[in-house]
Amino acid sequence: MAQQAMGSRYQGRIHLLQKELMGQYFQELTQAAENGGPPAAYMLISGNPVELVRAFGMLPVYPEVNALQLAVKKESLPYILLAEQMGYSVDNCAYVKADIGLFFNGLRAPFATFPKPTLILCNYVGCNVYLNWFEHLAEYTGATIFPLDIPFIRDPAQGPSEEDVAYVVGQLEELIAVCERLTGRPLDWERLKEVVRLSQQTGQLWAEIKHLTKNKPCPLDAYFDAVTLMGPLYCLRGTEEGLAFFEEAYREVEERVRHNIGPIPEERFRIVVEGPPPWPYLRTFRDLFARWGAVAVASTYSTVGGMWEFGFAHDPEKPLESIAMHMLYWNLTNRSLLLRYQQIRRYIEEWEADALVIHSVKSCRLFSAGQGDMREYFTKELGVPTLLLESDLEDPRYFSEAQMRNRIDAFFESLEHRKIRGHPVEAAVQHSNFSPGEGEAR
Amino acid sequence: MIYAAGVDVGSTQTKAVIMDGSRRIRARALVDTGANVARAAERAFEAVLQEAGLRREDIAFVVGTGYGRFKVTFGDAQITEISCHARGASFVFPGTRTVIDMGGQDAKGIRVAPGGEVVDFVMNDKCAAGTGRFLANAAEVLGLPLDAIGEISLAGKNPVRLSTVCTVFVESDILAYLGQGKRVEDILAGVHKAIAARTVSLVRRVGIEPEVTFTGGVSRNIGMVRALEEKLGLHLNVSPDSHYMGAIGAALFALERAESGVLSRR
Repeated sequence: MAQQAMGSRYQGRIHLLQKELMGQYFQELTQAAENGGPPAAYMLISGNPVELVRAFGMLPVYPEVNALQLAVKKESLPYILLAEQMGYSVDNCAYVKADIGLFFNGLRAPFATFPKPTLILCNYVGCNVYLNWFEHLAEYTGATIFPLDIPFIRDPAQGPSEEDVAYVVGQLEELIAVCERLTGRPLDWERLKEVVRLSQQTGQLWAEIKHLTKNKPCPLDAYFDAVTLMGPLYCLRGTEEGLAFFEEAYREVEERVRHNIGPIPEERFRIVVEGPPPWPYLRTFRDLFARWGAVAVASTYSTVGGMWEFGFAHDPEKPLESIAMHMLYWNLTNRSLLLRYQQIRRYIEEWEADALVIHSVKSCRLFSAGQGDMREYFTKELGVPTLLLESDLEDPRYFSEAQMRNRIDAFFESLEHRKIRGHPVEAAVQHSNFSPGEGEAR
Repeated sequence: MIYAAGVDVGSTQTKAVIMDGSRRIRARALVDTGANVARAAERAFEAVLQEAGLRREDIAFVVGTGYGRFKVTFGDAQITEISCHARGASFVFPGTRTVIDMGGQDAKGIRVAPGGEVVDFVMNDKCAAGTGRFLANAAEVLGLPLDAIGEISLAGKNPVRLSTVCTVFVESDILAYLGQGKRVEDILAGVHKAIAARTVSLVRRVGIEPEVTFTGGVSRNIGMVRALEEKLGLHLNVSPDSHYMGAIGAALFALERAESGVLSRR
């Protein structure tokens, strides 16, 4: 029954190194903003063609990463309010508002100053709000905008067609021409292959780390520690430093597996987490789980940028085709919700999890719509205990610690009772006679 | 004889119960929570001890529950009111499979396994619509005592349709209906109906399986009981102790822990 002491969570070399590398990345951006530097390309995280951008020597900038950094540092609210003053709605995506606020604050954040974009690459069309976000940035900055049209993957049984791949490759070829014009130099195909090779090796190490979390105890928290690794995965993918970081990370995690070390002193519950974290309260949120001995063994959020653990690898011999496949198929957000269900189900079965935790984002209906249905599917169809929590990924006004804690405590109390009494979960729910809309006519 | 206590510190009222080793409720106490939550827990505990004619040292284990459970400074453990309401409801009505708990600031639906374990639960989120606070606001606007509105609502033959379940905006809705000359009982029937509809759709998310037990302070409101029964098409279990269900559940947990010798503090 005893809950675990706080402050004893995993702090390894990878956390220190991540901090250092991300610091260098933000310094590079600040340098470019203040003293000039390579042209900046703004991109979205989900399945982006950063390899192509790097091959041109352009500087990748990720407004989502900048927004979440503001939130983690508890600085997001003034930027959100600045956007709301301009007329952006309270219900609008808080990433968008924080970033727009950042732009109108002269691109200055407490941790970096960002260069103005030369190219705005809207690579993610799964979210129409994101498309508008980048259109607004293009309007405000006058930068060249290049929207990529990526067909959505609707059929759970089948990946993208050859036509889909050819369609995206065709757009990447157009993008190459745009980058050649903006940078004044032709694409160096050998350089592109080299960058793609670095991404391939980085992705493989990340995939292996994600399979190491099947171990008991799980060597790192695949939600809270995974987000630490996601910084270098996105901001440094396709570089030597990025690859070196993941070699180091793999060594560290593998060593922890050999010595049976988990992220907290005792692993009592293995959970799968769906949805982005509440960045403004990341540590508070983590502690609410850690005190119950709950460790995430897998998370969907850590696959927003790519799904390497399920078999994706960039291919230096087919650079454009593999970038296209990454954008089309091998990332969480360009897939239908049913594919997400399958992904979570695999995590629960193959990573041997006890429960599913869904963190729903108030200001993102795209990511969160359907999570009520997801909860029904896992609790009622599969008998997997599921907790649905709601706050926001960026806006601190939606987080209430007392309410979060109440739900999380009640959830783990019930899991604990089941463990003590040895009741299989299925026994408790098998007489569920759920049918949607029952009794609605009354 | 062994004794254990449960103290349920809610947003509006604090409830305390003492139970003996034969699972008999020996005493109950109810105080307003007010601003000093820790003090409210103390006062409720003192009152229940006095009622039972017992001293502090006679109580083997105390479990705190409710939003203020961490302010039960003399408690030996804290357990959420979700687990406690499920446990209490199953104790009083052993056939309970679904609990609807409506308190001052929240509404919950809990699916319960035989024996009182929580299978699944849902709660309202950061909004007091459809809770006791909504009823209290309605009573205030109409200048009626909170205890009376349930009974009055039963006389409403033509319930008004509220355009909102927002606890803040309901006031203007009610004033508008009064301006139109609507009858107070019809307005109140509309208020109860609106909350019942909202609550039932919340609780449906966990699946409603009979028997359904209604707990929490609002379960004392007969208008709410009838409105929920009508919406569900089911009979609701309501005990005179429904208001104390969280404290009863907490006392049961406390008794179990006292008996099993688990005295570790959380």
